[in-house]
Amino acid sequence: MSKGQTKRKYTIFPFGPQHPVLPEPIQLRFTVDEERIVDVGVNIGYVHRGIERACELNDYRRNVYICERICGICNFIHALCYCMVVEKLLGLEVPERANYLRVIWSELNRLESHLLWLGLFADAMGFESLFMQFWRDRELVMDLQERTGGNRVIISTCVIGGVRRDIGRDLANLVEQGMLKLKRHMDALAPVILKDPGIKKRTVGKGILTYEDAVRLGAVGPTARGSGVAKDIRSTGYAAYGALGFEPVVEKDGDCYARLLVRFYEVYQAIDLILKALKEMPEGKIRVKPDRWPEGEATARAEQPRGELFYYAKANGSNRLERLKVRTPTLANIPSLLAMLPGYEVADIPVIVLSIDPCIACTERITYLKKDGGK
Amino acid sequence: MVRMFPNIFRNLFSKPATVKHPFVPRKPYPEHRGRIVFDMERCDLCQDCERLCPPAAIKVDPEKKTIAYDPFKCIYCHICVENCFQQAIKAEPDYTPPVYQKEIKYFKPD
Repeated sequence: MSKGQTKRKYTIFPFGPQHPVLPEPIQLRFTVDEERIVDVGVNIGYVHRGIERACELNDYRRNVYICERICGICNFIHALCYCMVVEKLLGLEVPERANYLRVIWSELNRLESHLLWLGLFADAMGFESLFMQFWRDRELVMDLQERTGGNRVIISTCVIGGVRRDIGRDLANLVEQGMLKLKRHMDALAPVILKDPGIKKRTVGKGILTYEDAVRLGAVGPTARGSGVAKDIRSTGYAAYGALGFEPVVEKDGDCYARLLVRFYEVYQAIDLILKALKEMPEGKIRVKPDRWPEGEATARAEQPRGELFYYAKANGSNRLERLKVRTPTLANIPSLLAMLPGYEVADIPVIVLSIDPCIACTERITYLKKDGGK
Repeated sequence: MVRMFPNIFRNLFSKPATVKHPFVPRKPYPEHRGRIVFDMERCDLCQDCERLCPPAAIKVDPEKKTIAYDPFKCIYCHICVENCFQQAIKAEPDYTPPVYQKEIKYFKPD
């Protein structure tokens, strides 16, 4: 280097796996120029639990309870997707009422997850009172889950061939009243989300993911829908979504505010879907028992609060599965996250990272082994 | 400012949204899946619950006529309660309280 020229110095700093802002262990390595992010690297694999292997060693009917524990927040949808893939292997036809009940519990899970995220996002922006308001309203949903499913968080109601519990008339009234109350509370909070200048200043124009990037990087869920990609697995009409009529919520801007709006409007959409499902739910059986062992190969997809969930199963006619593969939405969204971050300031990191709703513990399916014995 | 007044008065005179948990125990709902208790007078030691239990929290010993139940392994799915032919497993609505040391509960006939 000749005299007079100065070499630009970049700083590299690790963010995570343990960090006060991050709820879960993921390491992001930022290369920054002063306050501006230039490049991002990622490292995952801190909470690998070997769940796929555990599922291969267990009875296929008991796996429902393992799959539920992949993610606590969207436990019912994991169980539902696992049941759907095994039902395909068995050729089981699920009763119509069970399909409606599955929709109700899936949407309760989505409400629980979105209200949690809306609170956490407000907290990441430093908006403490909004955080408390959302979490207070979330308690309504948790109580409804406990009353209809039996537990506050992991409700364990989905089984192969249907559901274990029924929602009777009294409980249905209770859920309806709860949903109407939640809608009133959300109406009260809507002006804050839609008009507050503080929220807009922290989110509008931050972490932009363009439509082309979202398609190219395979973004899923609200991350993709915030960029204008109308991609929602519920439109394929699994369970009773086809009968209920479903239109995905789409925003076009692709910034953090668009993703916030997608999730906020999905809260309303979930409330409407639950009310509609309660109204149109037919009478009848809620469960059929499998009459043979699973055999063959199948895949199933379901829409989690964070995006597309994918299950693949292979069975050979015994009571165990030969292979089970799970792909959770956060793994699909990590490349999009890495594309969002460069160009923004260090102070925007918490907001942008949280805007994809990272659920790292669900994601960990792979372990990297180094060549020389892991040293 | 005017719009804030109703909110301020409502917050001043309304109950708090939270419960003082360890001091005021939360009343469980009747639908809650709580702790399980074995009725040894009804139990015929068929071991169905042991076979069905997903986390293997129940161990039945037919020779000694005892059931070892680990409440900290139990995931409270109540499969055993639903499938017991003798209806010997009862579900209490309240939850298992926290303890200082994990211990296995043994149920024996009186």
